Amino acid sequence: MELLKKIMMDKLAAISLSIVAVTIVVGIFAPLFAPHDPYEVHMELRYASPSWEYLLGNDHLGRCVLSRLIYGIRPSVLWVLAALALSVGIGAILGFIAGYFRGKTDAILMRICDVMLSFPGYVMTLALIGVLGVGFENILLAFILSKWAWFARVIRTAVMQYAESEYVKYAKAIGVSNMKIMVKHIVPVSFSDIVVVASSSFGAMILQISGFSFLGLGIQAPHAEWGMMLNEAREVMFSRPELMLAPGLTIIIVVMALNFVSDALQVALDPKLMSSQNKSYRNATTSAGKLQGKEVA
Amino acid sequence: MLSVDHVEKFYRKGGMFSGERQHVLKNISFACKQGESLGIIGESGSGKSTLGRLLLGIEKPDHGTILFEEQRVQNRRTRLGNISAVFQDYTSSINPFYTVEQAVMEPLKLQMKVPEDRKSKLVTLLHQVGLDSSYLKKYPHELSGGEAQRVCIARAVATEPKCILFDEAISSLDGSVQIQVLELLKSLRNIYNMGYIFITHDIQAAAYICDKVMIIRSGQIEEMVDVEHLKDVQSAYAKKLLQMIIS
Ligand SMILES: Nc1ncnc2c1ncn2[C@@H]1O[C@H](COP(=O)(O)OP(=O)(O)OP(=O)(O)O)[C@@H](O)[C@H]1O
Ligand SMILES: [Mg+2]
Repeated sequence: MELLKKIMMDKLAAISLSIVAVTIVVGIFAPLFAPHDPYEVHMELRYASPSWEYLLGNDHLGRCVLSRLIYGIRPSVLWVLAALALSVGIGAILGFIAGYFRGKTDAILMRICDVMLSFPGYVMTLALIGVLGVGFENILLAFILSKWAWFARVIRTAVMQYAESEYVKYAKAIGVSNMKIMVKHIVPVSFSDIVVVASSSFGAMILQISGFSFLGLGIQAPHAEWGMMLNEAREVMFSRPELMLAPGLTIIIVVMALNFVSDALQVALDPKLMSSQNKSYRNATTSAGKLQGKEVA
Repeated sequence: MLSVDHVEKFYRKGGMFSGERQHVLKNISFACKQGESLGIIGESGSGKSTLGRLLLGIEKPDHGTILFEEQRVQNRRTRLGNISAVFQDYTSSINPFYTVEQAVMEPLKLQMKVPEDRKSKLVTLLHQVGLDSSYLKKYPHELSGGEAQRVCIARAVATEPKCILFDEAISSLDGSVQIQVLELLKSLRNIYNMGYIFITHDIQAAAYICDKVMIIRSGQIEEMVDVEHLKDVQSAYAKKLLQMIIS
């Protein structure tokens, strides 16, 4: 609650957080919010402009664009978020173990990560689809399998640095258990690193999912997905550019909102940044965080 | 109370798989009685901090044993409430996300089960190190070096341990603050009857606060003398070290 209050103090962060929250809620309860059936074809309404009945107009099959956008939240945001959470979770646990205990465990875990990372992500996904068949679930699975190693490596590096610090040494010396040191010291201080890493690869993941949908390997035709909607609109890019606008802008807004929320979270969590009223200092550090994130994606 | 027996420590040089090892501590043996204060003096790189980490049980010796009241110090339960430490780098000695209150609470939580006891103890401790209760809600970056080091000392004495290790705990403070902290340590020692292990390269500070002084040189004990007999040390190295200070 304290944290929420801190985030709400920043206007941009408050707006971003509301966008993210609304997106998630609307996605979960899509049937309640969608004005029409997203799969209902009205050939007479092909490429219709926005009207009071169809607020964002109709696509090449006369389907309601708004309803398809709303249903598209599920694969584009919710499932990607779930896959992200799972791979960050796996990466974090292994990264914490490797970075904190060091030694042989670390060496073995990191060699496994190196092996995983030496496969290019796309090749791994294609190979997995080749084995398991075409499907959205398989792409998500491939994402989880190919990303965790990367998260593990990044988190390990952060944890290692914190595990060396004097307050951890002190806690060890007075006999605090390793488990407690991790939970009380290392998780809170490395949390902002994890958030930055995770949120910056979120945008990349949304785009990749769209890419695979475009290749016909992900979401299958009648289902709605933002990337696929973009690709459908691509065919009429020059005659009807406005059709690209709705899914394109939605992707940009959601990804941006997520980035702002992660920045705000980082600031709200760090007492050093929070107490300094100096706005320019704050902005400088958050943009540094973003730069770091860019390399990640 | 503390007995160190034929301790050796090696560190790997270079990468994970290179076989070359650096012999950091060689055949260290000594003992320390309850309530006795020992100074460990030596030049940079002689292995003082390494010895300190072994005494705290954070790292394991490669040979030999370190016993605290007949129990292995590596065992976490042996140390619980009995051993504590203050390190040199006060900027990273307190978790940046902790307030002073949370930091000093950490050892108290391990020992006292009743929250009310802890709170009153906390305020007493802060007063003993010369800070008032307005500091409770401050974060480490809002403290000066001397204040942060006082908080670390308050935290270290919180459980009234039998032994506290100071690894260059005052070296990074300026002169007048150093003297204040030394005075503070001396008075705290009288209150709680604790033993100090005082790692430093400042012989004067060690002589002021310790009963015995150990001079260490490239991982070996060069000499161990009582403070009263510091003037008539035997080994040439110790003489040279003393000479440098006097001149
Ligand atoms: N974790 C480590 N890994 C490898 N070598 C180490 C490690 N810690 C210390 N050493 C080596 O051990 C030797 C002794 O280091 P130590 O930190 O104990 O010296 P010190 O006496 O505390 O010096 P100073 O007075 O500068 O603090 C040094 O040569 C150092 O390079
Ligand atoms: Mg040292």
